Amino acid sequence: MPLIPHLPNSAGVGYKPQHLDDILADAGHVKWLEIHAENYMSAGGPMLAQLKRLAEQFPISCHGVGLSIGGERPLDKDHLKRLKHLISWLKPASFSEHLAWSTHEGGFLNDLLPVPYNMDTVKRVADHVNEVQDTLGVQMLLENPSVYVAFAASTMDEITFINEVVSRTGCGLLLDVNNVFISGTNQDYSPEDYIANFPVEHIGELHLGGHIKDQDEHGAPLLIDSHNDKVVDPVWTLLDTLLQRTGPKPILVEWDNDIPDWPILESEAARATAALEALK
Amino acid sequence: MSQIDFSKALLDNEQPTPEGLVDPKGRPAGKRFDVYRNNVILSLSDALSDAYPVVQKLVGEKFFQAMAGVFVRMYPPKTPILSDFAPEFPDFLASFPPVAKLTYLPDVARVERARTQAYHAADAAPIDGAALAALTPEQMAEAKLRLHPSLHIISSPFPVFAIWQKNSDAPETAIPKHGQDVLIARPHDMVEMRTLPPGAADFLRALASGRTLGQTIEFCEKIPLFDLTENIGGLFESNLLIKIES
Repeated sequence: MPLIPHLPNSAGVGYKPQHLDDILADAGHVKWLEIHAENYMSAGGPMLAQLKRLAEQFPISCHGVGLSIGGERPLDKDHLKRLKHLISWLKPASFSEHLAWSTHEGGFLNDLLPVPYNMDTVKRVADHVNEVQDTLGVQMLLENPSVYVAFAASTMDEITFINEVVSRTGCGLLLDVNNVFISGTNQDYSPEDYIANFPVEHIGELHLGGHIKDQDEHGAPLLIDSHNDKVVDPVWTLLDTLLQRTGPKPILVEWDNDIPDWPILESEAARATAALEALK
Repeated sequence: MSQIDFSKALLDNEQPTPEGLVDPKGRPAGKRFDVYRNNVILSLSDALSDAYPVVQKLVGEKFFQAMAGVFVRMYPPKTPILSDFAPEFPDFLASFPPVAKLTYLPDVARVERARTQAYHAADAAPIDGAALAALTPEQMAEAKLRLHPSLHIISSPFPVFAIWQKNSDAPETAIPKHGQDVLIARPHDMVEMRTLPPGAADFLRALASGRTLGQTIEFCEKIPLFDLTENIGGLFESNLLIKIES
């Protein structure tokens, strides 16, 4: 399987159309952009034209949010075809998707829903990842989820699960550090231990993002992956720890809701750049 | 618990949290499951208000959110492409009793849906009048005019274009008492809209259905107040013509 060119080991941001003029004028510390694949599957229109223009200037990471790789039903063949078409003309530097499901018999639920960690799920997810990679002809990166509930039916921890999928598929990994912090807090395990045990040799990209703090009905902390604010300090600290293990990696700042003016988003990319430069 | 059970409980707050979902101490995950419930309904409701902002303005944000909660549970998206979400919404509005008195609302929604479709339609370069002028009268009668793929026409017994304008970018718009035919297209980067003169909607529909120009004219000349010169000119003014097949 041909490996697609890698993203640069620098900071990128999730692309939002309202930032187009700022990016073209001066992208600052932002060296690459990530798009959500499903926003660029129309027949034509200004959004596709913008993306074509940006792709001439920036490496693009294509990030899927709708394949439902963790789904119990077969992958949507029409959707795979649309992805293949997008990837064939865009030629992104990376393609990634989530360890989650989002589609059921009635339709698409527009959320990243959790799966139990056991051998049945390993087999299903690995089959789907293999189908994606075979169809698209590229290696994909699989992203660790942010989870709010655990399954009584789980028989292994998340890292064991991810290792099993990697060994069956040869996929790469997208490690979302904010998700590690959220899931560790919500599931009462140590994010530092998770980072220490993660199979870093397969990482192709890192994600950072903001979250909301809440509590469950028992008063236990409940963090919600909202991508609507700055990255919090403990997540930056986790990133520094992780970078000590991985060395420089492409780092993406995600900000999908309550989207700020460009200088605020760019300053988050500057902070990620500083974390990378501290390694030198 | 299957994902079918999980998704049924997601979309129905009356159902209990599915068994087997727990917190780290093994207790049932009540509020934790509700995070997913909220995410699904709120994100889809936001996608609906993004697609139908004028409908939201007409009914008010609070009412729209409540109505969206009903709609998205009945019609979750069929694909993950949210720019194509909620084609059912205009018909839903026509059958949703709380808005039955707002008889114009479904057609306003049809205008908004057409705008979204036009925005994301295939690109095509409009041609100018020279190509048509170069034809002989016989060739002209036999010619088929290919129209822009982003073209939509909404014919309504209500003044939908004026209602749309008044509630989006032109609040001073006067609302006429008659119905309107609205042309919606994106010949270049921007979605453009205009009201059509008498017979123009039929003229455009006849051309779009593949009739020759001669057949179209023969059909439209029977329409009272139909003005052929104005309509041919309108094709070029609105940049709607992309190809002449002779």
